[in-house]
This record gives sequence, structure tokens and C-alpha cells, in this order.
Amino acid sequence: MTYLDHAATTPMRPEAVAAYTAALAEAGNASSLHASGRRARRVVEESREALAAALRARPSEVVFTAGGTESDNLAIKGLYWARRAAAPRRHRVLVSAIEHRAILDAVFWLAEAQDAQVELLPVDATGMVHPDVLAAAIARDPDSVALVSVMWANNEVGTVSPIAELAAVAHGYGIAFHTDAVQAVGSIPVSFEDSGADALTVSAHKLGGPIGMGALLVRRGLALAPLTHGGGQERDVRSGTLDTPGVAAFAAAATSAVSERPVEAERLAALRDDLVARVLAAVPDAVVNGAPPGPGLLPGIAHLTFPGCEGDSLLLLLDAHGIECSTGSACSAGVARPSHVLLAMGVDEACARGSLRFSLGRTSERADVDALVRVIMPVVGRARRAGALSGLSGRSGG
Amino acid sequence: MRVLAAMSGGVDSAVAAARAVDAGHDVTGVHLALAKSPESHRTGARGCCTVEDARDARRAADVLGIPFYVWDLADRFEQDVIDEFVTAYEAGRTPNPCVRCNERIKFAAVLDKALALGFDAVVTGHHAQLSGAVLRRSVDPDKDQSYVLGTLRPEQLAHAIFPLGDTTKTEVRAEAARRGLAVADKPDSHDICFIADGDTGRWLRERLGSRPGPVVDAVTGETVGEHDGAFAFTIGQRRGLRLGRPAPDGKPRYVLDIAPVTATVTVGPAEALDVHSLVADPVVWPYEGPVVCTAQVRAHGRAVPATAQAVGDELHVRLDEPVRGTAPGQAVVLYDGDRVLGGGHIRRLGAGESGSGPRGAGRPGF
Repeated sequence: MTYLDHAATTPMRPEAVAAYTAALAEAGNASSLHASGRRARRVVEESREALAAALRARPSEVVFTAGGTESDNLAIKGLYWARRAAAPRRHRVLVSAIEHRAILDAVFWLAEAQDAQVELLPVDATGMVHPDVLAAAIARDPDSVALVSVMWANNEVGTVSPIAELAAVAHGYGIAFHTDAVQAVGSIPVSFEDSGADALTVSAHKLGGPIGMGALLVRRGLALAPLTHGGGQERDVRSGTLDTPGVAAFAAAATSAVSERPVEAERLAALRDDLVARVLAAVPDAVVNGAPPGPGLLPGIAHLTFPGCEGDSLLLLLDAHGIECSTGSACSAGVARPSHVLLAMGVDEACARGSLRFSLGRTSERADVDALVRVIMPVVGRARRAGALSGLSGRSGG
Repeated sequence: MRVLAAMSGGVDSAVAAARAVDAGHDVTGVHLALAKSPESHRTGARGCCTVEDARDARRAADVLGIPFYVWDLADRFEQDVIDEFVTAYEAGRTPNPCVRCNERIKFAAVLDKALALGFDAVVTGHHAQLSGAVLRRSVDPDKDQSYVLGTLRPEQLAHAIFPLGDTTKTEVRAEAARRGLAVADKPDSHDICFIADGDTGRWLRERLGSRPGPVVDAVTGETVGEHDGAFAFTIGQRRGLRLGRPAPDGKPRYVLDIAPVTATVTVGPAEALDVHSLVADPVVWPYEGPVVCTAQVRAHGRAVPATAQAVGDELHVRLDEPVRGTAPGQAVVLYDGDRVLGGGHIRRLGAGESGSGPRGAGRPGF
């Protein structure tokens, strides 16, 4: 099996499994006052400190959640409610057009149910949000902006946006700024302190921790309304008994991922560049999407368009060869739709449908790239014959 | 062989896929997404076009341990089946969308894509027997689906596998339960999958709007009522005519003919519905000279003794016993015993022996 879908989820790190299983064997609610509770609480707080250290945040800024989607929802809705309560005019929500669905669907819900006015910030052809675009959008009516959210690095094409500059633009108007850093943490340097962001989403399972675990970093003093009500365990904005094993494993994974990152990122970028070069040699008219290699691109992501192919045909054929990758976006019925990210980057619909994301991670090796390169040419040839039936080849100008 | 199993989420296609696995094929499951914006849950007994059906199909594929994908054929389905359905009704015909879907989607768009991707055949859960190029009825007469497959061409059948033809539906359900397939007791789908509430007249009215016209009595020539869209009627229909006055003989009247250009709906007595002969566009008819056979003209109808003969580009069918309840646009499928000989789409009906109905232009010649 050749797993080239680490951006979807990546295998748990051994140190995370060790921390997880060790904590699973212990009883104790971190909110209890007795000895078992104190033991659990110690694990949680040490983990909080470790995660904060890895992300250059203060321990008190870490709010543990059940994953990236919950963190995004808490940030978007919590900031909207809190800032609108403080000033009812604030109804504009500015987010990039290439956000993950956890952001987009949350803001669309606010528009539908909570009277928000959503504005999607355009991106350039590489998928980057420019600070002047944000500045212009805010300047149209600064007092009416409730919040801004721009993802640190895009989950499909891997392009990195200048988060510190964008946060500074928002702060120039006193507007709260959130970033979804789910793909960035562990892949590129992420410092909450230096970013200037008011809130930052991180997920455990993208960096070798368990699924169902995440955090929202929330700057001290930031007004944030809760999504869920209950015991108020996490700074009164997130209720629910803390998942002590999950927290411990998350911190262990994040600590390793961040400390290994400088070496690992270089290794993955070289592997990725090799993958792209050899796929292009096999399929010369393939088109590479996203930012050019370098600090503006996640090291493990290669996103390519294969003109004349349907992405789902490519997936099926690669899967039959034991190669697992992704088209990047699917609706709840499993139907492949053209990616909203590619469409926002100006890629035409036919090309958007014929695109694949290969994402490398900790367990990726040269043999994985070799396996892909061995089959990509015949696979693309077959997918093209299938694509020609639906008239795709005529529409795909590249 | 590498085969593609079309999995609707129902019990038949799940067991068909399972049998293909047992037969040693390398099976890949595919659910065809045919609805533009699928409902998330079934509201009726439709069972093929919702997200829940896609999940049922995925779960069955997981139980069988085969790869599973969803293919989005909503555009093709809209073009080739739904639009054609509307156009046919608009033109006064009564189409059979299941026949059309088999001809254009399952054994055309899907099959072509499957072959291009390196598969050898498409497996479906249709109740029919296929060996070599010979298509036969299912052993279960109540569930036999050879009629909706009867217009498939030999090159389409050459790449089709129907594993369920030797098994009754009851046995299929029992087998699904034995295999641990959760869809074992899922209700049968029926009617037209894309008309959610089964109300074809209302569905057509929403698409076509109001097009009023007269309802004329075939016997007296009088206008006996009005309607707001001839498309809402099918030949043989009795209910919902809302006629102002009773027929002279006091007997119920039925729709005999629909003339879309003048928006005229002609009604008359039941006897006038008798069809003694018909003319079809032959889709599959490799025979010269008259062939003594039986003819079936609707999905769950009885086959009646008939003689069929190619005449020019037409297939003329003389029925030894009159049939009712068929209309231009339906398929006629011709059998020798339980074996499908061929078939086509009914272009026009031959008038009854009494000559009482103005139904279609010209009578078939023998």
C-alpha cells in the first residue's frame, strides 16, 4: 500500500500512542478534587504547557476541543456572537474563498440564520490571500466587520498565506483575526505569539496525534462566546469532561512534530519535488497547482491537474494499484465536485475536476514515489480514454 | 474478470455484487448518483437516489470487502432520461424511463466508462437470465425485469452480468440476510425514481406549466370537458378526467388518444382501448420475415401471442389477443417462451378491429 494522503490524516506517532495508552489505563476526571482527579489534571496541564510551548503560546491560551472542525466553529461563531454583542453593527464576516468547509459552512450558517454578511476574500492564482485585498475589503466599512478568518496554509494545494501581515491589517482596525492552522502546524514554523492572530485552530490527527482531538488557541482577554454550555472546563468557553488520553497524546505528537519539523520538512520537500518532477516527466502536460516550492508551500503537498481526466477515474485506477491519494473535496454523498479552492484560483471547471492531491508525511519514503511514478502514465492514459467519453478532453485547455 | 457492480443501495444489487465476488471476479462497486441535489434520507419507498441509499450501497460494499465509489451521472441522467421523459410526454407519448436508463445510462454511459477504465463487464441486480447473448426471463415471474432490458443491443449485453436471474426475490432477501447485508429487508423500489411523491401529473405540470385544451368524446365528437395540460394524461387512464357529463351509455370513459399539437385529449369506451397491432422503432430485431412470438407492452403486463415482422425501418407487431394500457413511447419486447427475441419503442398503435379510435396515423400492414 502506498499512502499519499497524509493531509487527510497521518498515522499516529509511536510517542503519541504511548502517551495515549498510558493515560487510557488511568482513571480520573481532571475536574475532580481527589487524588485520581489530581493525577489526571496534572497530565492535562503538563500537556497544555507542552502544546503551548510547541506553538509559542501561553498555556492559558490553549482551549482543548474535539478537533479542527469544533475549533473553527468555536472561533467563527464565538467571535461573531461576542463582537456583535459588543457592537451590533458588526455583521460582516470576511473569510478567504479557499477556507476548509468547517469555516465556510459555519459562516454560511451565520449568514442564513444570524444575519451575517459573508464576504469571500479572493485569492491569487496560487491560492494566496494578499493583505491589500483584505485591507480593501475592511476599508469599505471597517466598523461593520465582526471578524476575519484566513487559513494559514491551504489543505488542498498547500499554499501558505502571510498570516502575520493579514493579522496586522485586521488589528489596524481593531478587528479580531482567526486562522485555521490545521495543515500548517508541524509542517512550517507556526508561532501563535509572533503571528498576531487572536485565535488559531490546530488539530491533533494531522500531526500524528489521535483523531477527535484539537485545540483553539485563544489570546488572553479575547471575548469569545461559547458554543456549548456546561461545566465550563476550558476557560468557560468550552464545556465537557476533558479527554485526558487524547490531550496527552496530542501534546506528545505536537512536541515531536514541531521539534522534528526543520529536518523533516526538508526531507519531505525534497521527496515532493522528486515526485512532481518524475510525474511531469511521465505526463508532460500535467499542471502543478499552488505556490512554487519554497517557504510559501507546504513541504508535503503536491497538487496536480491531469487535463482530460476525471479525478474520480484517476482515484479509482490508482486505488486499484494500491496508491491512495485524494481529489481534495467530496460532498456528503461521495460525489466528486470540482474543488472550490481551484475554482477560486481561476482554474476552469474541467481542469478542477481532473486534479489530484498527493500529500506526504512522516512515513513517506522514496519507494512511495517510485510506486506512483511506475503507474501514473498508464493510469492517466486510461482516465483520459474515459474522460473523452464525457467530452472532457475538448474542454480542458489547461 | 474485472467487473463493475452498479450498487443502488438496494438488496438486489448488493447480492448481485456478492455473487460476482463469489464467482471469482475482481469486483469494484459503484453507486450512480443520478439526482442533481439528492435528499439526505428516503421519504418514500423509492430507494435509489438519496444519500442514505448511497450509504447503504457503501456499507454493502464494505461487507463484501470491495472498493466502492460514487459516480456522478446526474447531468447525463437529466439529459438522457429526465429531459427525454418530459419531451415524450409533451409529444403525447408515454415513455418508460427505466428502459431508457438501461439503454442510455447503465449499459451506455456507465458501461462505456467502465470499459475505458479497464473493466470487462457491468454487473447489476436485474432479475433476468443472461447466458451468452441470450436474455431470458427471471425464474421469478413477479420480479422478472427482462422487459426493461429487452431493448439492449447484443454489444451491450455482451458486457452485462445479471447474477440473480435464477433466483426468486424471496431467496435473494434470504441470501442477503445470510451474508450479513443490512439491506436484506429494505423495501422494493418502484415507480419512477426521480418523481419523489409518485405524482407524475403534478411533476409534469411543474415542469411544463398550464397548457389547456379540450377533452373530446370519440363516439359523439362532442367536447365533454377541459384540461390544463394534455401531458398529465396517459392512454388508458380512467381516473381524474373530471368530465362534465356522463357518456351516453353511462359507462366509464378512458383516454384513447392525446394530440399534443391541438392539446386535444380524446376519450371513449373501454373497448376502444383494445390494441390489436402496433408499429415500433426496432432497437433490436435481427430477423427477416414474420416471427411467431409473444409480445409484452408494459413492465408488469402479460405477454400475448403475436406475430412480428420488420417492414422497412419499422417493426410491425400483430397481436392475436388485444392488449390494453399501452401507448406510444412504451417498449414492446418480443419473446419466444421465456427468451427475449428483441424489441423496440412503440411508435403508434393499430386501431382496434372496430376502428373506433383515431389513434395514430395508419395501421400496420401485413
